[in-house]
Amino acid sequence: MTTTPRKQIILAAYVGGVNEHTLWEHPEAGSQIAFDTFRHVAQTAERGRFDYFFLAEGLALRERAGKVFDHDIAGRPDTLPVLAALAGVTEHIGLVGTLNATFNEPYELARQLLSLDHLSGGRAGWNVVTSWDAFTGQNFRRGGFLPREERYSRAEEFVRTVRELWDSWADDAIVADKTTGEFLADASAGAFSHTGAQFDIEGRFTVPRSPQGQPIIVQAGVSPQGRDFAAANSDLIFSPYSRLPEARDFYVDIKSRARAHGRNPDHLKIIPGAGFVIGDSVADAEEKARHILEQQLTDRTVQVTLEQVWNRDLSDYDIDGPLPDVDPDPEAAPIIQGRAFIYQDRFETVRKWRELADAKNLTIRGLAAEISPRAQFIGTPAQVADGLDDFIQNDGADGVVLGGHFTPGGLDEFVDTVVPILQERGSLRTDYSGTTLRDNLGIPVPERVGELAATA
Amino acid sequence: MTTNDKIRLGIALEGAGWHPSAWREPSSRPRELFSPAYWTDLVRLADRGHIDFATIEDSFGLQSSRPFEPDDRTDEVRGRLDALLLAARLAPVTERIGLIPTVTTTHTEPFHVSKAVATLDYASLGRAGWQPKVSGRADEARHVGRRDIPEIVDYNNDPAVQAVVAELFAEAADVVEVVRRLWDSWEDGAEIRDVATDRFLDADKLHTIDFASERFSIRGPSITPRPPQGQPVVAALAHAELPYRFAATSADLVFVTPLDVASAASILDQVRDAEASVAREGEPLRVYADIVVFLDGEEPAAARLARLDGLGRPLTSDTRIFTGSAGELAEEIEALAALGYSGVRLRPGVLTDDLPRIVEDLVPALRHREALAVEDAPVSLRTRLGLPTTVPNRYSPALAG
Ligand SMILES: Cc1cc2nc3c(=O)[nH]c(=O)nc-3n(C[C@H](O)[C@H](O)[C@H](O)COP(=O)(O)O)c2cc1C
Repeated sequence: MTTTPRKQIILAAYVGGVNEHTLWEHPEAGSQIAFDTFRHVAQTAERGRFDYFFLAEGLALRERAGKVFDHDIAGRPDTLPVLAALAGVTEHIGLVGTLNATFNEPYELARQLLSLDHLSGGRAGWNVVTSWDAFTGQNFRRGGFLPREERYSRAEEFVRTVRELWDSWADDAIVADKTTGEFLADASAGAFSHTGAQFDIEGRFTVPRSPQGQPIIVQAGVSPQGRDFAAANSDLIFSPYSRLPEARDFYVDIKSRARAHGRNPDHLKIIPGAGFVIGDSVADAEEKARHILEQQLTDRTVQVTLEQVWNRDLSDYDIDGPLPDVDPDPEAAPIIQGRAFIYQDRFETVRKWRELADAKNLTIRGLAAEISPRAQFIGTPAQVADGLDDFIQNDGADGVVLGGHFTPGGLDEFVDTVVPILQERGSLRTDYSGTTLRDNLGIPVPERVGELAATA
Repeated sequence: MTTNDKIRLGIALEGAGWHPSAWREPSSRPRELFSPAYWTDLVRLADRGHIDFATIEDSFGLQSSRPFEPDDRTDEVRGRLDALLLAARLAPVTERIGLIPTVTTTHTEPFHVSKAVATLDYASLGRAGWQPKVSGRADEARHVGRRDIPEIVDYNNDPAVQAVVAELFAEAADVVEVVRRLWDSWEDGAEIRDVATDRFLDADKLHTIDFASERFSIRGPSITPRPPQGQPVVAALAHAELPYRFAATSADLVFVTPLDVASAASILDQVRDAEASVAREGEPLRVYADIVVFLDGEEPAAARLARLDGLGRPLTSDTRIFTGSAGELAEEIEALAALGYSGVRLRPGVLTDDLPRIVEDLVPALRHREALAVEDAPVSLRTRLGLPTTVPNRYSPALAG
């Protein structure tokens, strides 16, 4: 009798600072800026043998009708320095930051990410996002300059260019022989030249080869363009699908796209965001989940959720009444600004929402509860472990990104109660297998561009 | 002397040290220049050794023996890590020392710089600074590819080049202004967490900065709340009138490069003139003298320098190169303080040799003379440097009137 070995669950911990899901109202909620918050979550996740710690990014504060949202958590530290500081207080866990390909330049970001990789002994990763809007652009010298259709061409060339820079030092470029006085093997260390539609740069890169060959590349975005970009370029996908069967459809689609790009599909991991609620019994957990959702969906959060699709002021509509009877207004200036997710077809979304509301007889509040991303894994620790493990073993994904519903202690319960069960089942390692993020994820180092060129 | 008259000590971190052959000394760890262990060892030593702050050099180009262009030497240290991220890595493993990384103003987005330095301030619990630096090198501009900067061949005799450099400094002043406004764009106490009214923020305490100059415009507010120090410390290196004016406009501290006591006095006058010419308001610019330092050990410092000079390219410097005993250096430093200098920034010739001697010999010598401002408890960098710690926010109603 042969048994297939259990898939090892990849776990990432997420500090969701800026959103309406993380409850600042929670009695144990702490700062979303203080470094201790990040230290707490990263160290807890490391105790649970998580693969990486993860931060999202938003480069402008959210606004409604020209005024900063006052009801959700807002304000966050800068991603890269937080991760560099965490490298000093953790030993094994990967450090993955979301960084925009539109509002950065390859040379600068390549050097920051590779510096982070050195400073963490090979634990860095980059979640490449492509938000591009003019609203965010107002915070930058270069402005909101990129047509939406071009954001992936820029991102694609951006990643390629960054990889050329990361590869620009040979593994043995530094000799540092005190006796002979030879520091560099030759004067070509870091030499690069890139000419493309987006970037035309040349010179010498300042950061030597990474301790893990290259930092990990993560992608987040689900359009066909985004999927192809990921299949061709990334090591990991941060997906929004954490429920079967749509999660499995996405999984199958991505792995076959990776195959079509000539890649080993096992080297492209899919990891959706997911939530959990743990209780002493099912009933207890469900009651907790209901209460959390209630706290998340305050009147204004509900109103804003609909407004970002309708693009209208909906403050006159009763939250506990029927859906607005008007059509969306795509022509007006955006009422909600600064959200990462942009609805592509407002009319189609409204049509689907009306259908859902009719079928289930929902009020505005009821609809918001229905469409809001809710915890997928609810129950006793054993049930949460079961649910998560089944999801992974059935190829819903390769792992999950977990965020507690409050910061920073929200992950503790998972690590203390669910992790040991997963380890007992053999679905989660009991210790780190290597020293770099690549080692731990089982994703090999890509071949060096320079070497390919040299042998071609 | 009151605490404010006492001397502060900074240390300037650069590779294996400021001598081009420093990496070849027995104590040096050239293979570890990119590993965090090397930097944490050194900076923790300085942290425990009463050094007030450490600056970290950086640039978008490789180190070079030539001022405005790259070279192709293979016998000196080449390559470096991003200084701000290195400072962030050091923040949670140090307790007292100020951390002042260099970040260029020419190619960066001020929005990114502002939140990065603010975050360093959070991670270090109020010990962050920033050394803004103009990048005048053509090769660095080609690394970024967004603008051309002409090769600087003869600065002194080429008015076109002088115009470019003046523009780069004007732009740097814009960048610092944007960064400072973004630090203020959240008033203290903007985060209210008021469950009763379902408000996390008091939106009236957040401000767009609406900066617009002929170079760029930036809206704000920052995504990062006002950092612990309010305004982290801004320090600029300056050698001439134009950068003195930049420092007088934009910085809290200026690092200057006197070659001897006489030039130290005249530089101080020039800095004060620059402050007057830009009509600086508020606190006077704190002036620190840079000194390259080789201290006597088992081998006399002068012999050590001569030996290192014989290994490859001899050391040349824009500032005073000191060789001698800790006691002699302490005397020089006291002479600078008597002129009105706030302190010195020491550039160790060989980091792994001269930093330990600074900590073990120079600091006790200065303490013995009661010349050193002593602050043993962890405090903010502003406190340590004798700068005001309640920093008015330009957007708070009290000021806006
Ligand atoms: C799970 C997920 C997380 C994302 N996180 C961020 C983020 O933190 N910051 C950001 O600017 N954009 C974020 N995005 C937005 C994407 O970068 C992208 O702009 C958006 O999904 C539209 O791309 P698409 O058309 O390929 O879906 C995220 C997207 C997904 C699916």
